[in-house]
Amino acid sequence: MSHYLILSALLFSIGAVGVLIRRNAIVVFMCVELMLNATNLAFVSFSKMHGNLDGQVIAFFVMVVAAAEVVVGLAIIMTIFRSRRSSSVDDASLLKY
Amino acid sequence: MVAFWILAVVSVAAALGMIFQRKAVYSALLLAVVMLSLAALYAVQDAPFLALVQVIVYTGAVLMLFLFVLMLVGVATVDSLVETLSGQRIWAAVAGLGFAGLLVFGIGNAVFAADAGLAAANGEGNVMGLARLIFNKYVFAFEVTSALLITAALGAMVLAHKERVSPKANQRQLSEQRFKSGEHPGNLPSSGTYARHNAVDMPALLPDGSVAERSLNPVLTARGDTVDRHADLAGESQTEAIAGDVEAVEKTVEEAQK
Repeated sequence: MSHYLILSALLFSIGAVGVLIRRNAIVVFMCVELMLNATNLAFVSFSKMHGNLDGQVIAFFVMVVAAAEVVVGLAIIMTIFRSRRSSSVDDASLLKY
Repeated sequence: MVAFWILAVVSVAAALGMIFQRKAVYSALLLAVVMLSLAALYAVQDAPFLALVQVIVYTGAVLMLFLFVLMLVGVATVDSLVETLSGQRIWAAVAGLGFAGLLVFGIGNAVFAADAGLAAANGEGNVMGLARLIFNKYVFAFEVTSALLITAALGAMVLAHKERVSPKANQRQLSEQRFKSGEHPGNLPSSGTYARHNAVDMPALLPDGSVAERSLNPVLTARGDTVDRHADLAGESQTEAIAGDVEAVEKTVEEAQK
């Protein structure tokens, strides 16, 4: 059973590395989605391990929240792109100065 | 277990490809591979409802939204290789490896009881079991979800909304603008009209037999060989062909006038 958890941990770490090394805001966002999916896999595995469906319900709620998050996040990326003509996370650095 | 090993290899490979692929569209497609293999893993683990939701919501809706925005925001943008913080990539990779190692060894050290299995919980069917939980134990969370979704929809509308800076031109203003610009105000003649062929690179002929310059795409005109290319179809040179056409038209007109 721990196979599934290890796979989930690997996918989560790959997503985290992606968030750290990528510059394109959309790709960073996709990596965040990958991390959410990895946690969902862990929830489903735990659900099977404990023999009740609570884990699956939580995974379902994670999916709903992720869908809402994607909508708002992509709208923000679009707005930033419209004003700066760039989707790189390095270019939105105005708060630094 | 066979399914697990195949899908695990596929999903980890696709995830790695996703973060190392420089083109964002390829990343999105590889993420689709990861999500589909996760859906299959859910199905293997007695979660058929989640497997279908994963395919429909994640691969169908979320990922297509990603592709939409990618196409709008510029597919051509490629990540720059200039590091804003020096050595960031290496340290990120080290941190990621360390994190993965920590998690994997942590899970490896944990003691797990034998799988309880979902046979009892799924007795009525997976969807029934989930519905019982969602509408009894988690009904408040479910209600809050609706508020979240409405907030997200409103937020997206507010963020994507663009205020109009100048008033919208009405039809009269548009028409005046078109005529004052001094260019041809109406539709351009279509190609091939009154000519001997209907082809986009065949110029229309004016009633006197001359070539209507406006009927051709300027790109095609710039190549310069359009009229000549079609001239040999009738076995004549261009001028002869046009003369013949004009003659034929005149003859028909005369016959009609009689």
